[in-house]
Amino acid sequence: MAWTRKVLRVNLTDGTCTPEDLNMDWAMDYLGSRGLATKYFVEEVDATVDPLAPENKMIMATGPLTGTVASTGGRYTVITKGPLTGAIACSNSGGYFGAEMKFAGWDMIIFEGKSEKPVYLMVENETAQLRDASHLWGTSTWHTEEQIKKENQDPLIRVSSIGKAGESGVLYACIVNDLHRAAGRSGVGTVMGSKNLKAVALRGTRGLSGIHDFPAFMKVTEEKKQILAENAVTGEGLPSFGTQVLMNVINEMGALPTRNHRDVQFEKANDISAEAMAKPRESDGKAQLITNAACFGCTIGCGRISKIDKEHFTVVNKPEYWGASGGLEYEAAWALGAANGVGDLEVLQYANLICNEQGMDPISFGATIGAVMELYEIGVLDDETIGLAAPFGSAEALAELVDMTANGVGFGKEIGLGSKRLCEKYQRPELSMSVKGQEFPAYDSRAIQGMGLTYATSNRGACHLRSYTVSSEVLGIPEKTDPLTTEGKPGLVMAFQDATAAFDASGLCIFTSFAWTLADIQPQIDAACEGDWSLEKLSEVGERIWNMEKVFNLEAGLTKDDDKLPERLTTEPAKEGPAKGLVSGVPEMLPEYYELRGWDTDGKPKAETLGRLGL
Amino acid sequence: MQKSLFIDPVKCTGCLQCEMACSYENTGTLNPSQSRIKVFNFEDQGRQVPYTCTQCDEAWCMHACPVDAIGLDKITGAKVVDDDACVGCKVCTISCPFGTINYVAETGKVQKCDLCGGDPACVKACPTDAITYVDSNWTGLDRMRQWAGRANEASL
Repeated sequence: MAWTRKVLRVNLTDGTCTPEDLNMDWAMDYLGSRGLATKYFVEEVDATVDPLAPENKMIMATGPLTGTVASTGGRYTVITKGPLTGAIACSNSGGYFGAEMKFAGWDMIIFEGKSEKPVYLMVENETAQLRDASHLWGTSTWHTEEQIKKENQDPLIRVSSIGKAGESGVLYACIVNDLHRAAGRSGVGTVMGSKNLKAVALRGTRGLSGIHDFPAFMKVTEEKKQILAENAVTGEGLPSFGTQVLMNVINEMGALPTRNHRDVQFEKANDISAEAMAKPRESDGKAQLITNAACFGCTIGCGRISKIDKEHFTVVNKPEYWGASGGLEYEAAWALGAANGVGDLEVLQYANLICNEQGMDPISFGATIGAVMELYEIGVLDDETIGLAAPFGSAEALAELVDMTANGVGFGKEIGLGSKRLCEKYQRPELSMSVKGQEFPAYDSRAIQGMGLTYATSNRGACHLRSYTVSSEVLGIPEKTDPLTTEGKPGLVMAFQDATAAFDASGLCIFTSFAWTLADIQPQIDAACEGDWSLEKLSEVGERIWNMEKVFNLEAGLTKDDDKLPERLTTEPAKEGPAKGLVSGVPEMLPEYYELRGWDTDGKPKAETLGRLGL
Repeated sequence: MQKSLFIDPVKCTGCLQCEMACSYENTGTLNPSQSRIKVFNFEDQGRQVPYTCTQCDEAWCMHACPVDAIGLDKITGAKVVDDDACVGCKVCTISCPFGTINYVAETGKVQKCDLCGGDPACVKACPTDAITYVDSNWTGLDRMRQWAGRANEASL
């Protein structure tokens, strides 16, 4: 078995750490990671819970393929109820932390209650202990990781932690592991902070020995790695250019949301693209990008490692930021850049560094700045309220506001609440580019119609990683569909959502799906796990996970009204590019989507649907 | 022809497939903490460097061992630990200037790279060719070729 079959339950109120056996019946129905942890979560937590109350729980979970040689087998997921959205939160991260959890002998760690004082959890194989973290509170994720390694005299420890953003109540705080990988969205770091849990430190030396059929697993994982190596996206595009390869492509399509979605093309897109990152700078003759990097077990290696320009105004007096660090990735470059009309690559790298250092989702932060800048331009916010001038395109404002938000200073406190709350406060709720309170990522719903439906129906709020139909609508994977039409999109979105849920539950990275389908991960799961893991079963697991999340959201009080895009996208046509004149067709796609899902016209799963899925 | 592991850190992405392959080959488990090759991440420089035993000719570990537990594999040139003879005294771990022979508390023996008998698992697992197994006399061949290619560039 690829599961360790052990769950660590940490009660922060009582200060206890208790091992439990994994519920194998559930593992057979929900596989692992996103699926299995959500099952635990919905069984144990009342959906109406206040996300920041001690009664909310937070689960860090691996999948059965986490910690194995399967390519990209290093993922873990954080499940909780999200403070930004009031919906299920489910954030996935790579790096080395997930694999280390398996090597220490645990499938997942469940955190419940709230500690009186700041603590961190130290796990060394079967030994788990809560330790005082008062001296780490108020410090960054980078300092926390370094300090924990130092005081334990063990550089091999792997750490996940929150920075100042998670402590100060930024509603989109993330959990950062291995310096620059993050469980990024929906405010999972805010929940961690509300529990006074500063960090989780792991050291695992037990390894994984229980692969169901080891020789078959080694053989099939090797074959599947070859497919990734030979594929144009996973073997060439992502390692060479990273996710940033998309910047110019999406801009050409007129699908790059610009200036808070007022425009769909950014005149400076090329200045903040992968190509720009690789080009020597005028200032020092060096490129921002140094090399690519992989997460645990990943044979793709899409990660970017960069160095900021030392002479740039953001860091000229801050040598602590001159070293190599993670980024930029496409979503962050878009949110910090195009969404605000900012075309200065170095300031984007700076803002991204601060987001990593202090544990803050750069997508929600950047997109919230887009709303702030629009409110400023139309005169709703002024210099006095914000504390500075914040017109679209201002690199200085971005640099200043990222510091203010991460540190919870002045107007930064309001930015930390996200665009929905901020726009509501200033009586312009329609200017928040979000669904369920979570900001959009980097694809415009008018020019890529499937993504509009993806955002509207995503269980964790607007997100590209629930059903990345960009694959089909832009890249032609697995087959090309027209991005400008709504026809067939409800079925496409549903298929992507279910498959993605199964990928996520396995412990593998969704980026493999540029080259792999479920039929490629199925034999890897089947060789690793006991039980019969057919393609049909795996598809059903995906659908079951999706419906389980949906039911939780309904119980939490969300309704059909939460499956809706902001008016701008359904009433203001795209002004330029191939989608010129088009609005998002979500209103017409939604009823068909509900029907295909086996849900009623209010978006509630019908009894027979739930029955069929065993929910 | 004797072959050597040749490591080009520039190509390493830090995926640790080599560590998993090494541990599987030698222990039958996936366990980087049991790997004889380690990847070091110099985060603030953006460098990842795999490192393991270079199989010294006059190996310090071999000479230091009081019970002759470290022998020479004449075909591969590897210095190989004989588990039956090793008493776990750890003197070799002190004598090795590179730190590439280490004690394993679980077994009470030391372990080091033995080149997998001439078919190193780490080499097969590396997705970027950062670790290769090449003619010992020509580990510089690729680098020579790169520079050679520049020799008369200007005349083209």
